Amino acid sequence: MTLHILRKNPLSFISLIIILFLVFLAVFASWLAPYPDAYQGTPHVEDKYQPPSLTHLFGTEYLGRDVFSLVIFGTRLSLTAGLMIVALSVVIGWPLGVIAGYSGGKIDDLIMRTTDMFLAFPSLVLALVIAFVLGPSLINSMIAISVTWWPWYTRLARADAASLKERTFVEASKAIGLSDRSIMVRHILPNTMAPIIVQSTMDLGTAILAEAGLSFLGLGAQPPTPEWGLMISAGRAVAFSAWWYATFPGVFIFLTAMAFNLFGDGLREALDPRLRRIRGE
Amino acid sequence: MVDLKRYIVKRFLQTLIIVLGISFITFFLSRVAPSDPAALWVGIHARAEQIQRARVELGLDQPLYVQYFIYMGDLLQGSWGTSYRTRQPVLKDLMFYMPASMELAVIGQIIASVVGLPLGVIAASKKNTKIDHASRILAIAGVSLPVFWIGLLLQIIFSRTLGIFPIEGRLDTTIQMTMPIQRITGFFLFDSLVTGNFVAFFDALRHIILPAIALSSYSMGLSLRMTRSSMIEILREKYLKTARAFGLPENTIRFKYALKNAIVPTLMVMGISFSWSLTGAFLVEVIFNWPGLGTYVWRAILAVDYPVIVGVSIIASLIIVIINLILDLVQAWIDPRVRL
Repeated sequence: MTLHILRKNPLSFISLIIILFLVFLAVFASWLAPYPDAYQGTPHVEDKYQPPSLTHLFGTEYLGRDVFSLVIFGTRLSLTAGLMIVALSVVIGWPLGVIAGYSGGKIDDLIMRTTDMFLAFPSLVLALVIAFVLGPSLINSMIAISVTWWPWYTRLARADAASLKERTFVEASKAIGLSDRSIMVRHILPNTMAPIIVQSTMDLGTAILAEAGLSFLGLGAQPPTPEWGLMISAGRAVAFSAWWYATFPGVFIFLTAMAFNLFGDGLREALDPRLRRIRGE
Repeated sequence: MVDLKRYIVKRFLQTLIIVLGISFITFFLSRVAPSDPAALWVGIHARAEQIQRARVELGLDQPLYVQYFIYMGDLLQGSWGTSYRTRQPVLKDLMFYMPASMELAVIGQIIASVVGLPLGVIAASKKNTKIDHASRILAIAGVSLPVFWIGLLLQIIFSRTLGIFPIEGRLDTTIQMTMPIQRITGFFLFDSLVTGNFVAFFDALRHIILPAIALSSYSMGLSLRMTRSSMIEILREKYLKTARAFGLPENTIRFKYALKNAIVPTLMVMGISFSWSLTGAFLVEVIFNWPGLGTYVWRAILAVDYPVIVGVSIIASLIIVIINLILDLVQAWIDPRVRL
């Protein structure tokens, strides 16, 4: 059914193809990049800031490296970063939400008020401080973003867990003497999985954007890593003479975020029964 | 009215708890995080006994909860530390840079709303048509654009190539010299208009347009999508069917009756997207060399200027908390259902 709707929604279908293409680029970057040594090889400073041409599709940057190859390697970094951020946030947020929703009472209050506090921060600002505290690196910036992100999954899981708690099968499990812990792990956790997966797919684009933003500010990947945000930051200084250096990594950030957001949007429409009713399907 | 008062009190208490939480988090980040604040304070060439003395002076030898009270006391009294870089009290710097960020965020938000809200209404009433699909692509493109990148592109196209708008800054240097804006609120557009300094007003306007457009893309997409979905729900309400049965013109129904009920969800959208605008402004500011909190914190990052970074995080979250509080109260005032 979901597949059927995805097919009916050509935009989601196109975005899925773009995502698969990006994954393909990321996995086979070393084979696909026209200059496989661009990432770690020796710089060719004599070739620096060459405009786009047939030999260098996206031109070259300040070390004479091929921007096209760097952007392809960047795909690998950005997709991994997006996945890591979302995965880490889910790992923190999801169980907490299940505990809050299932336990209710004081534990629920404590967990949910904590999420309120984290959500009161503009997420980029909090991520920025944490990344700064941990010291700028790609890994630390991922951790920093996850720290600001998990409360959303807690909220999502909590709402579902709280309603599942009232269902008969939970009552039945209690009646046969299952402990609260095993009910949470065996019944509540798996039953809250679907919305969490949908939400995390939808968040991948935003996570990649956030990561690029932190790297742009100098708190993420460090030079000479071919991270897209960092490349824009470096290209900014020469934006008027070597426009290609900042432009092409940006095109890829935009394309990636757009593909994930479009796909997530289609997924939500396909899966959310309330929306489906509104659309009259 | 009793409802409203009770709601206001409840909401204020909630806000207080959140502010306390923010202070916990920032305290944690400012105390636990730097390896040794005392060593940072005295500088890298300090001797061990100097560090020890600083530790006592800064109260770092006290138990953690005492340290927290000292920290809170300092915050409340307005001593937010001194910037390592500018050598100014952080709070003074923040007050100087904040209006610039707020002005940018507000103008960006206005552009976003002017484009996003009507498009959302149109998309909702032309649901599942080509117009709706196009608006969907536009909205999703808006939330997918890296603001710093689009800012850079706007600079390349409109400033560098076409020369229509200034490349960076908030005001032309010549105008700053010859027709300085008298600082009242720190909002250049407002201050220049109030003091009748129209030359400076138009110059400030020319400077803010590109960064504000760059910033508005995300909020525009967000408001478009959320207006669309809340309008779709409202358009299905029974009282609108009644209005149609009475033969009222479709536009009256849409813009007079339906839109009125869309105000509450719209305010919610604006709260969320303003919070985003403010942080987005941080990134845009760096591109446009806009003298706001973003540029300030960016320079602080490069200079490892600790008090500034913590200070900016406090002020930014306070702004968001206060704006959300105001929006909630306005909502409760408009829509009694919210108070329950």
